[in-house]
Amino acid sequence: MSAIKTKVRAYILENFIMGGDGPAFADSDSFMELHVIDSTGFLELVTFLEETWGFVVEDAEMTPENLDSLDGIEAYVTAKALAMPCAA
Amino acid sequence: MLLHQLFEASARRVPDKAALVFDGVRHTYAQLDARADHLAAVLQQRGVQRGDRVAGFLDNGVEMVLCLYAALKCGAVFMPINPLTKRDKLAYMLNDSRASVLVSHTVLQAECVHALAINSSVHTVVMAGGTAASTPPDPRHVAFPAEGGAPLLRPELPASIDQDLAGIIYTSGSTGDPKGVMLTHLNMVSAARSISQYLGLLADDVIACVLPLAFDYGLYQVLMAFQTGATVVLERSFAFPVKALEVLARERVTVFPGVPTIFSLLMQLKTLADHPLPDLRLLTNTAAALSETHIRQLRGLFPQAQLFSMYGLTECKRVTYLPPDQLDIRPTSVGRGMPNEEVWLVDETGQRLPNGSVGELVIRGSNVMRGYWEKPQETAKRLRPGPIPGEVILHSGDIFRTDSEGYLYFVSRTDDVIKSRGEKVSPREVEDVLYGLEGVFEAAVIGVPDALLGEAVKAFVALRPGFTYSERDVIRYCLSKLESFMAPKHVEFVGSLPKTDTGKIKKTGLS
Repeated sequence: MSAIKTKVRAYILENFIMGGDGPAFADSDSFMELHVIDSTGFLELVTFLEETWGFVVEDAEMTPENLDSLDGIEAYVTAKALAMPCAA
Repeated sequence: MLLHQLFEASARRVPDKAALVFDGVRHTYAQLDARADHLAAVLQQRGVQRGDRVAGFLDNGVEMVLCLYAALKCGAVFMPINPLTKRDKLAYMLNDSRASVLVSHTVLQAECVHALAINSSVHTVVMAGGTAASTPPDPRHVAFPAEGGAPLLRPELPASIDQDLAGIIYTSGSTGDPKGVMLTHLNMVSAARSISQYLGLLADDVIACVLPLAFDYGLYQVLMAFQTGATVVLERSFAFPVKALEVLARERVTVFPGVPTIFSLLMQLKTLADHPLPDLRLLTNTAAALSETHIRQLRGLFPQAQLFSMYGLTECKRVTYLPPDQLDIRPTSVGRGMPNEEVWLVDETGQRLPNGSVGELVIRGSNVMRGYWEKPQETAKRLRPGPIPGEVILHSGDIFRTDSEGYLYFVSRTDDVIKSRGEKVSPREVEDVLYGLEGVFEAAVIGVPDALLGEAVKAFVALRPGFTYSERDVIRYCLSKLESFMAPKHVEFVGSLPKTDTGKIKKTGLS
């Protein structure tokens, strides 16, 4: 698993899911469908992505394609990091 | 008139018109009516009878709408359950109502399985979304009838009348367990008619519904649209505002019902102007009051639309609305009673107060509930004798003031229920969950002001020696037990909580 996915999965497990009681989710699963994250939870997730990778999530980028699964987030964060002027 | 007959009349009048647009798929009135008939017939084959409770534990989608009308068509009582509900509370509601049927989706299967393990009333589980391969066969389970599955069945007509229950909607109070609000067909038809009348809903309206159908504000968007022959554009949620806006623009919505949190999210968008809604003519707000700033901003952003500020209670659906032409004159008022309903203020002895007073709001009308399911004491507190022998009026428990013309202004609640994200949060329910966390010996929950949520839930927790938790540990624990809007946003650890002389935890002074 990629570093991005590992980090985001750890964040979600740490913040939204209690022990083994919550839903297990695969990389391609929709957080919303499985009720892993609710509508205000996505705002927290956006803040986490912004703070961790140092970019701004624009309005138009707040889409299920970019944010609603680990696969989506990995592709989105990778593309954003590449587009940054001084990407690490 | 029965609630589903309003929909059936529209289906006969405009069979080929789109009733529901969901996930890019258009469902006509005739298609939905036929599918609801079929599901009703399936439920009857499973033994569902007039008066039985049918729980719909589903996210927004066509299945929830079919579940609603199928339940009504077989004379049963529709019981919407918020899909954010966790297993223990789900079990409580199924047991308390002695539901016969649970209609759900495989994504909620884990919660269903745990709830059903401690329930004996449910004899039929209708699962949408296919069946998970690992599920052990359960004779109670049937698959949700797929679209296009032939042949379609018709239910036998039950002998229902409008005094029969159409819905039970659970609501949280400040004390005790959640209560099932019993609503008859007459109650729901009356409310839907009064609201449609003052909003002036039209057959060519396109109503956006981003609110949960398990919430009566969302549910009534469908009921009112289907009564009028209008179209509902249903979204799963407002989690992705730009995505939702694209759909609303594409579908040319004319009506947008929201709560302050949704309007805040909308107004925060820097790119709002990129998604014009030129056909929008009505904006409605309820569940919590919009600030004057938000009212001004909203009207500036959508000058083409009229804004209705409203106030309601699950116990009678809607209470008041402010006609848009009054918004500049009295922007903080929630208006006056809706058509075919009388509201007034009373003092502590129940005496009617003149305009210009402060008192408890009471409601008289065909929209007032029949009571709380099997909770006669709670019912007696709220439903009290009215002016005509044998009738009852609803005591709201909310304090209002009136101006000289009788327009109402919210003052305060008489209980400590928190309104977060437009949803009611019972502090007691959250505290009960906190006491379930090992090591917690005292807990108190209050609402604190929050720019986005209206009020955020804040918990004060005292731990026994030897236990340490982080704020996030406590929040995560609550998320596993409570609907997400009920989980605290803030947790403060304290050595102990202040007490009254009788040893009860004293919340005044906590902030």
